Amino acid sequence: MLGLSVHQWLFGILSFLAVLFSLMVVFSRSPINSVLYLIMSFFSISGIYLLLDAQFLAVVNIVVYAGAIMVLFLFVIMLMNLNHDTEPQRTVLTKIIAGIIGGMLLLVLTSVLKGASALDKSFYGTSEVGLVKNLGNVLFTQFLFPFEIVSVLLLAAMVGAVMMGKKNIN
Amino acid sequence: MINGISIDYFILLSAVLFTIGAIGVMARRNSIIIFMCIELMLNAVNILLVAFSTLHQNAEGQVFVFFVMTVAAAEVSVGLAILTMIYRNIKSIDTNLLSNLKD
Repeated sequence: MLGLSVHQWLFGILSFLAVLFSLMVVFSRSPINSVLYLIMSFFSISGIYLLLDAQFLAVVNIVVYAGAIMVLFLFVIMLMNLNHDTEPQRTVLTKIIAGIIGGMLLLVLTSVLKGASALDKSFYGTSEVGLVKNLGNVLFTQFLFPFEIVSVLLLAAMVGAVMMGKKNIN
Repeated sequence: MINGISIDYFILLSAVLFTIGAIGVMARRNSIIIFMCIELMLNAVNILLVAFSTLHQNAEGQVFVFFVMTVAAAEVSVGLAILTMIYRNIKSIDTNLLSNLKD
């Protein structure tokens, strides 16, 4: 079909969906819809990870992002009853300026990063890098110290969230 | 080229997602949506890390994505706690009302 391989078709469809749902996150009026579109966008991004043979990260992306973080967002929106559409809008001028700045950012990012293809490296076949066995091996040998530090970071975040959430701290 | 897909397309996808996130941060006033746009920007960077990790057959990029996800989880939990406290104090999460430090 059109001379494109299955990989190219899948990449095109998944990236189209990711961009579409991300746009919906920014442009939908109610926060609940934004959260749901963001979950769909994360699923598309997980599909791209699968396409890149990063199976472990695809699963972790769904479990951590779409599962845990987005549920946290939903809880906060629903518990505080923030789902009214009466969010005061920014002025049109601010929105236009935001669009122009975003376009310039896109221009700079693509022009800076497109030099990366000059390396002219190519990879075909099934990658073994993203398997749990390989990632675990690297994580628990080369990156053992950062891994332990991250556990301390999570503990600090947990304590901080409880302290912030308490009504009055004596 | 990863299985026939040029790395340029991954760079373009990642840049577009990052830009959408940045525009969302600049154009919206609801703090929760701004938070979600920050998550979107983190994910855009993750895609690029995974793509280059697969291209160079080097696992370090994917381990780095793992750490980015952990830091994002910590950031979201503290950030949402801060948002609940702000909402409890001023009964709104509009960023324009959070200007106490300005005056």
